[in-house]
Formats: sequence, C-alpha cells, structure tokens
Amino acid sequence: MIGLGVALMLLLNGSLAGISGIVGGLVTPKAGDTGWRAAFLVGLPLGALAYILVAGGHAPVDVLASPPAILVGGLLVGFGTRMGSGCTSGHGLCGLARLSSRSVVATAVFFGVAMVTVFLARHVF
Amino acid sequence: MAIPRILAALGCGFVFGLGLAISGMMNPAKVIGFLDVAGNWDPTLAFVMGGALLVTVPAYRLILGRGNPALASGFSLPTRTGLDTPLILGSALFGVGWGLVGFCPGPAVAAVVTGLPAVLGFVAAMLAGMALHAWISGERPVRKGSSDAASDPR
Repeated sequence: MIGLGVALMLLLNGSLAGISGIVGGLVTPKAGDTGWRAAFLVGLPLGALAYILVAGGHAPVDVLASPPAILVGGLLVGFGTRMGSGCTSGHGLCGLARLSSRSVVATAVFFGVAMVTVFLARHVF
Repeated sequence: MAIPRILAALGCGFVFGLGLAISGMMNPAKVIGFLDVAGNWDPTLAFVMGGALLVTVPAYRLILGRGNPALASGFSLPTRTGLDTPLILGSALFGVGWGLVGFCPGPAVAAVVTGLPAVLGFVAAMLAGMALHAWISGERPVRKGSSDAASDPR
C-alpha cells in the first residue's frame, strides 16, 4: 500500500512522496505549490482513520517516550529531516527506488543512528 | 490542471496513510521494537519497507522512463548529487529523534487522527524544528508574482 501510494504520486503528479519535504514546503510556502501538499497531508490521517474504522476502532499508537523526550525528538526529526533533505519515505523509499547514492548514505545513517539511540536509551541508561 | 493534481495527491496520501496504519509503522512502540536490535528484536517492519521497495523500485523505473507524469508537465526530482555534511549531519540528527520517540514524519502526521496529546506535541515540535531550519538557512515564503514563483515549473 505504501509503495503504491509512492508510485502513484510519481505517475500522476511527477512528485516524490517524501513526507518531510512535503511538510517542509508548507512551512516555507511558495505560491501555487501548496494545494497538492496540503491535500496529501490531509489524505494521510484520513487513510489511517479509514483503517481505524474498518478495524473496529483500534489502531495501536503507543508513545513510550516521556513528554520532554517527545518534544526534543520532534525538534530533532523536524530539523534533521530538513537539513538532511529527507526522511524514511523521501530517502528510504523514493531515494532508494531512484538508486540515489545520497539516499543510500542518508538511509544508512539515520537507521544506524536510530538503532544506536534505541540501544543507549533501552540498555545503557 | 490544479484540481486533478490535488485530488491525486489526496488519494495518494490516503493510500499511504492506510498502508502506514495497516503495517504498524504508525505505532512508535512497534518501530522502537524494530530498531532495538539488541533487545527483543521485532523484524516485521523490515518486510514493510522491503515490500514497499519491491513496488517502488520497478515502478519508478517504468514511470521515469515514460517521459512525463500524467497530470503535471514534468517530474520534479532532486537535482543535488554527491555527499555533503548537511546530508549526513541532518540524517544523524533525524536518527536520534526517530530513535528517541519512534515517530518519523509520515506516521506522525497520519497518527494525528488519534488526537493523542503525545502525537500532537510531537508534530508541533517537528514543525518547529522545520521552521527553525528554514529560519537558519534563510528560506523564505515566496508570494505570487515574485520572480521565484514565476520560474517555478510547477
């Protein structure tokens, strides 16, 4: 399903479906380039809502992190994905699908760092 | 031209969000279980990413070989090549945030539908992080009529 959404976006609109890039384009909006971004971002939670309704009102979203960690994590995810030009979808799905060397490196870095972070948070501290 | 593109984006977002919810990618506890290779490792999300790539790799080849997308005048693809410090440092910062909470941008936006304060707080902080980056790097909104907007092929 995720792959289908990504592929259709390129086929129909010629755009990559990288979420951080789509959101980032609304944070610094350019005239005539906001409608499709907003529409995609409305579609995301609607798709999740459809699943919740069909699955009988249940889609587990368990956030284990403490409130300060949530805010720090959010800041890092927002800042880091803009600085690094992409996130799990932009680099991990679209970039790898284009066989982009930048995306291969970015994906290896954020997966590696995330695994180390989880290791430190869960097994060291 | 604008309305079909907007509807297409809405539909693609819907399919993407549905996939995130079905796969469990929207659940930070599951994502952290996937990243926790030293603990009770839950590898199932590797199949989600692998499955998506099984679709996108051949689909991207076919679609980019067509010449033009169906509803737009051209593809808009990244033009930068080569590795640089922002790419690596930014991805590392993102990795720390992803590991701390278990949310990356797509699942976080999709999970807004739950209305959980933790999700809304994360998304607000993420937007603040993006705005901070735009402010530091000097990106500014482009209004209609300015030269930047006119030269934008989309």
